[in-house]
Order: sequence, then structure tokens, then C-alpha cells
Amino acid sequence: MSKPWDQFTWQEVEIGGVLTEPGSARAYKTGDWRSQHPVWTKSRCIKCGVCWTVCPEAGITEQPDGYFDMNDYCKGCGICAKECVTGCISMVPEEE
Amino acid sequence: MAVKGQRVGMEVSIAVSHAVQLARAEAVAAYPITPQTHIVEHLSSLVANGDLEAEFINVESEHSAISACIGMSAAGARTFTATSSQGLALMHEILFIASAMRFPIVMAVANRALSGPLSIWNDHGDIMAARDIGWIQVFVENGQEAFDHSIMAFKIAENYKVLLPTIVNMDGFILTHVVEALEMLDQETVDKFLPEYHPRFNLDPKHPITMGAFAMPEIFSEVKMGHQQALTASYEHILRVWEEWGKLTGRVYRPVERYRADGAKVLLLIMGSLAEVAEVAVDDLQAAGESVGLVKLRMWRPFPFKDLREAVAGAELVIVCDRALSLGGAAGPVLAEVRSALYPLAQKPAVLGFTVGLGGRDVQPETFKEIVRLARQEAAAGPTQEYFLFGVRS
Repeated sequence: MSKPWDQFTWQEVEIGGVLTEPGSARAYKTGDWRSQHPVWTKSRCIKCGVCWTVCPEAGITEQPDGYFDMNDYCKGCGICAKECVTGCISMVPEEE
Repeated sequence: MAVKGQRVGMEVSIAVSHAVQLARAEAVAAYPITPQTHIVEHLSSLVANGDLEAEFINVESEHSAISACIGMSAAGARTFTATSSQGLALMHEILFIASAMRFPIVMAVANRALSGPLSIWNDHGDIMAARDIGWIQVFVENGQEAFDHSIMAFKIAENYKVLLPTIVNMDGFILTHVVEALEMLDQETVDKFLPEYHPRFNLDPKHPITMGAFAMPEIFSEVKMGHQQALTASYEHILRVWEEWGKLTGRVYRPVERYRADGAKVLLLIMGSLAEVAEVAVDDLQAAGESVGLVKLRMWRPFPFKDLREAVAGAELVIVCDRALSLGGAAGPVLAEVRSALYPLAQKPAVLGFTVGLGGRDVQPETFKEIVRLARQEAAAGPTQEYFLFGVRS
């Protein structure tokens, strides 16, 4: 999308709401929805990747150093924290 | 100079399927339902016999039929389907999607009552329940009109300034199952009138696009506004196509048509095949010295506000004859819309509503004469009811 939705006039909306460019899902940062997010305590993380495996939304990305962190698509469901082998993930409320 | 087509005797349903063949429809998905069945049954034969080069998808329901049509239209095919009554109702949720996604699908609806009680016979209950689906909707009065509009609908729907699905409403049995003398057109003439369909957008892996994306509250109203504007603006394009057809065939269609209505104090207003019955009543009433004329509403969506206002200007009483009910409401759907269209005018006729011919109840010229008599009484004394369900025994 060339600009945010709330800046389109009705005349600018393509016929039938067609999106003529691919990749619109990537551009939409669905992580905005979350009310809490995971925080990893690296000292207890064993880089096993269970969090990455169980995330239902591909909201976790492996970092260059082998540790894991959330990305813009994490919706804060908390499955990673629940399933973490060492208990190194805690869910932290979003700041107001 | 108008083209003189070959005059043949043919069942109207078969004529509609020939119209679709002449339009070179490329994709059909449909499910049989009385009284529409003959249309798709014959189309199926045309495809099976190699007389129409099209994909014909047999489906297990009307919900699937219209869904398959959307898919085929999205792929870029000229698409047709037909249904009636419960079938149209089963399509309901998808009908809105077809129009919102702006697929120029053409559909014949053989108008029939909605259950219950179960009835296979004609009224407009089915299409009135689908009034707000955002499609172009026209009504025809006889077999020739059903044939003509089935071809014109493609040209209207596929215009890039329109791109809206279009319904041709034809009264079930009264039209679909009657053999009429019709003027057919040859392939060459139709090909010249209706060029090959090139979709504005279509699904193509080489040029990926997203169709049917969801809309957040920030953009939903803007998409709807685009749809509303397109449907309203389609009026001009519809007229242009009808005008071209008029020059081609000599058969001229207007959004609102009048029959012996000049100077008439009382006007009957009706949609569909019963207008021809009402013509007989008007002839008889005028012969008896009564000032009664007839107005026929051909274009239902977009609603022809201006034409309607002009058509009834000067009349004292307009009697709207609905073919459907809005139970618990003030009126039949056509009455409600006509009243609404006339309300802003400073000078306007009284408008009364009589619902007739529900579930196939026969309507004779005498019916309209009696309605005119009753309406005059009611108008003189001040109406005693919001609307009248004519002919109900009590």
C-alpha cells in the first residue's frame, strides 16, 4: 500500500477493492493488535527454537546470534512462554 | 436501418439460453430450480453438443453456483448463471460479494414466490428479498424482452465504467414456460454489438493481485461509496446500450415506460409481465371514458428517480401494484420506493399500493379495473390501510 488506509478517498480505492501490488499482508503490521508481548531472558535461553516452532503466526524470528525475538506480527498469545523448555520467556503487558 | 431477425416460435427459457449462446458466454455454473431449469438445461445441452464453447460446471447448490461464477469471472471469463426463488435465497451472501468485487456476471432470475408456504409459482418475493445486493436489476415484460436484455446485460455489465453483475428478471412460468413468437438475431449481428470480453482485472500468476481483501473500518465506507457511485452512474451506460440496441433492432427500451399515460389522472404502476395485462385494462377503461394510464418500471437498480418523477408528473393518483410483500412494514417494496422517490416533490400525486398476484394467483384485466375502482374510493375518502393485499378472501 502506498499510504495508510485512512488516507484514501473513495475515488482512490481501486475497483472492487482490488490490491494491484502483491505483499500487502507483509506491509500490514498485525502485531499492533497485541496487549502483551514475550520477553526472552537470554541467560536462561538454550536456543532450542521451541518458541519459534510453536508460534502459530510466524511472529518469532531467529536472530543472527541464534537467539530468538518477536517480530511485527506477534499478537501476544503467550504460547511461546507457556511452551518454553527453560521458562526463559515472560509475557509483559504493552505500555499504554 | 434496423436488422430484421428471423422470427421463430420458441419457449422463452430456450430463447434466453440462445441469447447467452449468441453472447458467447465462456462460463456457466448453475443448479436446476423450477421455473428456471429449462434455461440452464438447454445451455448444458448446447455446451455438451459443442454448440457453445464454454465451461459448464455442475454444482451441488446455488451457493456453489454463484461462488463458481465468481471464481470463473475472476479468472476472466464471460460468466452466466440463472436461478429462482429458494435458489436465489441460497445464493444470498455471495451475491453481495459478486457485486462488491465488481464481477460482471449476468444472471437470469425466473421470478418465483419464496417459501413458505411452498410455492413454485410467480411473484417477485425472491428478487425483492435480494433488492440490496448491489447488482444492476431490470425487469422484462415478454419473451422478446427477455431475449434482448439477456444479450444487452453482458454489454452493460462488462463496460469498464460499470463492471457490475446484472440480473434480468423474468416472471416464472408466465414468461419462462410460454412459447412466444420471437425475433432472433444472427451471430454476426450479435458479435458486432457485443465485442469479446477483456476483464479489467483477472487472476494471473504472472501479474499477482489481491481480490476480495478484507477492509478495516478506515476503508470500508470508501469501498462502499465506490460501489454506490458505480451503480448510480451505470444508468448512463445502460441507456447508451439500450439506445444502440434500439437502433440495431428497432426495439427501444426506457427505464420507465408509459402506456397511454399522457394526461391521465390515474396511473397504474407495475413491473414485469403483468404490465401487458394492465394494458388491456387501460384500453377498456379509456374506452369507457376513464382517465387511466399505465407506467411500467423497467429499471429497478439503479432506481430511475428522474424518469419516474417525469412519468407521473401531472397525475392525481398513482396506484402501485406490487408483486411482493414487506411483512410488518408499511408497504410492498415498489410502493415504498415510489413513495420515497416522489416525497421530495412539491407537487405530487397521491400514491396507493395494491399487492397482487402472489404465489401465482392469476391476475386478469378485471383485477386492475377493480383495483382502479377501489383506489379511487380510498383516495377520495382518505386511505383506510397502509396498503392493500388485493383479492384476499375474508
